[in-house]
Amino acid sequence: MWDYTDKVREHFLNPRNVGEVANPDGIGEVGSIACGDALKLTFRLGEDKKIAEAKFQTFGCASAIASSSALTEMIIGKTLEEAEKISNEDIAAFLGGLPKEKIHCSVMGQEALEKAIAHYRGEPDKVLEGEIVCHCFNVTDVEIIRAVKEKGISTIEDMTGYLKAGGGCGHCHEEIMNLISKSRGIAIMTPKKPASGLTNLQKIRKIEETLESEIKPALIRDGGNIELVDVDGNRVLVRLQGACATCSRSRITLKDHVEARLRTLVAHDLVVEEA
Amino acid sequence: MTPIYLDNNATTKVAPEVMEAMLPYFTELYGNPSSMHTFGGQVAKNLKKAREGVASILGAASGDEILFTSCGTESNATAVHAAIRAFPQKKHLITSTVEHPAIKTLFERLGKEGFRITAIPVDSRGRLDMDLLEKSLDADTALVSIMWANNETGTLFPVETIGRLCRQKGILFHTDAVQAVGKIPMQLKDMPVDLLSLSGHKLHAPKGVGALYIKKGTPFTPYLVGGHQEHGRRAGTENVASIIGLGQACELAISKMKEENTRVKALRDRLEGELLRRIPKCFVNGDLDNRLPNTCSISFEYIEGEAILLMMNQYGICASSGSACTSGSLEPSHVLRAMGVPHTAAHGTIRFSLSIYNTDAEIDAVIHHLPPIVARLREMSPFWTET
Repeated sequence: MWDYTDKVREHFLNPRNVGEVANPDGIGEVGSIACGDALKLTFRLGEDKKIAEAKFQTFGCASAIASSSALTEMIIGKTLEEAEKISNEDIAAFLGGLPKEKIHCSVMGQEALEKAIAHYRGEPDKVLEGEIVCHCFNVTDVEIIRAVKEKGISTIEDMTGYLKAGGGCGHCHEEIMNLISKSRGIAIMTPKKPASGLTNLQKIRKIEETLESEIKPALIRDGGNIELVDVDGNRVLVRLQGACATCSRSRITLKDHVEARLRTLVAHDLVVEEA
Repeated sequence: MTPIYLDNNATTKVAPEVMEAMLPYFTELYGNPSSMHTFGGQVAKNLKKAREGVASILGAASGDEILFTSCGTESNATAVHAAIRAFPQKKHLITSTVEHPAIKTLFERLGKEGFRITAIPVDSRGRLDMDLLEKSLDADTALVSIMWANNETGTLFPVETIGRLCRQKGILFHTDAVQAVGKIPMQLKDMPVDLLSLSGHKLHAPKGVGALYIKKGTPFTPYLVGGHQEHGRRAGTENVASIIGLGQACELAISKMKEENTRVKALRDRLEGELLRRIPKCFVNGDLDNRLPNTCSISFEYIEGEAILLMMNQYGICASSGSACTSGSLEPSHVLRAMGVPHTAAHGTIRFSLSIYNTDAEIDAVIHHLPPIVARLREMSPFWTET
């Protein structure tokens, strides 16, 4: 049972401004179903250049819905210059606080607002800076380092609560811990040997074998196929073909089927990615 | 508000008969069953009766095959420990991808400690890949541990067949039957099951007591040492009152077994059928032909489970969710993921689990309240379209 404040509960049960603004000036979409939460924020400016109307659509838990509702209330009546100063802490504070595991819900609100304002101003989408560290939630090293420096985050749990990084398979925990240590000026652990105990050559051969015997037959049955492109450390690069290449659920196929199977049969730290 | 309690796979209410049987052991019958005097000794006699009650619900050959523990998790750990000790030269263990964390995490740890672990996958209905299981058994395999019934979907695994395969190769077979005991009939004396775990609080006994069935002749090394209790198989003064409660709960479950598989099952089927009829884009998870009579795992697409739970909570309806947001992890349940339930639905999965204490009126209340909750959350969801 999460310890939600009365205000979170109230905004969850009676959310304000649900829906989509007709002919919006700004649109900001963040998150995805695979990530477990997503928010679409739309707003319209009045003649006074203040936000006259703002609405949200949210897929997510109670605190995601409450954070979205709070965000719309906070920005209505503000100029964009005022609105863009709203931080995730402000959203959480407006709700009387959020459980630390749920801080990412307020971060999602802030990101959607940032995107919606950028959209209004015609600014290009921000390109992902840095290298992806957490492949489950697409979080980069730059974001992680920023969270350490700006928010003082020092543990993996808090990083997961804030950015979701490390909240999935857990294989990036060591790398996140190293980034935290590095950013805080602490000596880094040396990377361990691959957990599978296989040599690279053995590993590649086993991956090939497993793809051939265990994975391809099922995909071919569904009109698709898969090709091994490269193996780089624990990253397995593949190309989906046939029906799989155009299927909107291919990421799920990759993670839930191909990766799960390879982890069971080859090595538990493998990460499958599309080449 | 009186809760509408539909979360019996999480824990159950202590039955009034169980409570009554336990009470004297907190007051006048506080003796230590290991004592020489009659005052303590009489307690030992009643423990023996409780042991027979547990043996009886399992269809075990004798009460001597029952070891009392503190919980299902301890029973699992004890069983795995015994198997590893029995075959110190064997370094291969087999389990499934959908086990309860009590087994899953233990096996992950053993994997890091040098054991080779094979986790047998399941298909989209949660059915075990029996071909791969059979192929995976080898001369190096010490133990196969596969649950009897899955806690999230209620799917039953073919333990009889698995046990037979293991027996042919001289491999020990353990089953985590925490969700199955008391819900479906069992005849262990005729079955090739070497070790079986159960937990009291899943069948109307209190929390803090469990049992491990050890078929006669199975090699065994105690997990907890330092006392002669439980015939030297588990040290530590017995949790007397709870053990008495577990014995009583087993007798009660035997008398209610028919009701569980008729009336309770009918309630579950009605709940499921009505929800499927009234709510678009939802489906039931698990092997519909081989399932516990009390469990329903149902996925509502495009919405998130924690939000559904908290809205049902307003009406006192208690259930649980396979969603990430309820657990503190961010990934939806490993069971649903292993079954390949798409993310669009896995996050919006609710588990209802019934007991003999549920009524028609309670099911009516869920059927009444849930469809508007789903509709409301879908209206808020950016992914939902009516088409």
